[in-house]
Amino acid sequence: MHRITLVKILTLLFLTVTISVKAQHDTPEKETVHVESSDSEKGSLRTEIKEYINHHLLDSYDFSLFSYTNDTGEHIYWSAPLPVILFDGGLKVFSSSKFHHGETVANVSGNYYKVFHNKIYKTNAEGTINLDDHHHPTNAKPLDFSITKNVTVIFLVGLLMFFMFSRMAKSYKKNGLMPKGMGRLLEPIVLYIRDDIAIPNIGKKHYKKYMSYLLTVFFFVWIINLLGLTPLGVNVTNNIAVTLALALITYILTTFTANKNYWKHIFWMPGVPVPMKFILAPIELLGTIIKPFSLMIRLYANITAGHIVLMSIIGLMFIFKSWIGSPLSFGLAFALALLELLVAALQAYIFTMLSALYFGMAVEEHDDH
Amino acid sequence: MNIPEIVGAGLIVIGAGLGIGRIGGSAMDAIARQPEASGKIQTAMLIAAALIEGIGFAALFAA
Repeated sequence: MHRITLVKILTLLFLTVTISVKAQHDTPEKETVHVESSDSEKGSLRTEIKEYINHHLLDSYDFSLFSYTNDTGEHIYWSAPLPVILFDGGLKVFSSSKFHHGETVANVSGNYYKVFHNKIYKTNAEGTINLDDHHHPTNAKPLDFSITKNVTVIFLVGLLMFFMFSRMAKSYKKNGLMPKGMGRLLEPIVLYIRDDIAIPNIGKKHYKKYMSYLLTVFFFVWIINLLGLTPLGVNVTNNIAVTLALALITYILTTFTANKNYWKHIFWMPGVPVPMKFILAPIELLGTIIKPFSLMIRLYANITAGHIVLMSIIGLMFIFKSWIGSPLSFGLAFALALLELLVAALQAYIFTMLSALYFGMAVEEHDDH
Repeated sequence: MNIPEIVGAGLIVIGAGLGIGRIGGSAMDAIARQPEASGKIQTAMLIAAALIEGIGFAALFAA
């Protein structure tokens, strides 16, 4: 019964995306941009690869799978438009297909918007972007709450996790304590997080209230990292805002559940001479902020570095232009993809582990002092 | 990217590599000496390596 509902919903999701992809593909008013022919072919190829990598690392207003230029020089996009939500003297909601992949100006009830360097600016009807001396646009920027590609993926992963875990819970209800189906798949991982991450770091007494967060963050980061290795072009954890939000939750949980021992060790560390206490207090206080900051940077930088290297290696294929390029690039990319598979799980593990360590510090009780 | 930045990035990578290499080597020694404690050693090794890596990445971004 539940399996059928899940399959139905997934099929529906798949169909919606596919249909919108098709619709996008079949629209007669296709964007026609002619590829500029450049003088030095090698230089333009390098910049093209660089631009492609940079483009992949950014968030976008549509879910774009790939684009190509056909024989008549048209750019054809395979993508699904996503809703754009702006707050600019009132809420404005429209489809991102109005931007035509950043090539045209969107007219929304008399206001004109244009995408410039992946940000939405308010423009006049011709879509002029005024640049200042540092090449920063001076146009007005509306408040942007758009459902971008990253937000869509986060929603989808949230939905997926909801189904996975509610099915796991139901399998226990039905079969007693014998795990079945989803439960059999997830039980070892959940138990591992409880027995090897939460209990040794936080302690038997307090670990329960942190388990929900630790499990959520582990599966969220892991699934999203794994999705980043698929050809879908998902790249949520190499957006620093996402890792900032995750690290911020860890910081808030640590700060607000800390006991008086934690604060005592920060402001008036026992067992050191009084002059040292004055030196240690600011350092320790700074340390509370550096810890989540390093969590944020670590996850972001690892995933970003992995994606950049992987795509540069794929780019080698186009640079070599001989029979040696393809096997070399394929072999290296394959090996690196396997390594990235490990990194995806390792970064999720490290994030969870360090979060548990910080929670452990916050609730530690010192009977020996 | 100009030359000081490249040299800086290289130095950071050398430092982080040396650090993580030492941690890995010491963990190997420790596991060889006490194979029954390998799980705990691995965990401690991963945490230490992650901390060094975090600092390395922070420095790389600054460079």
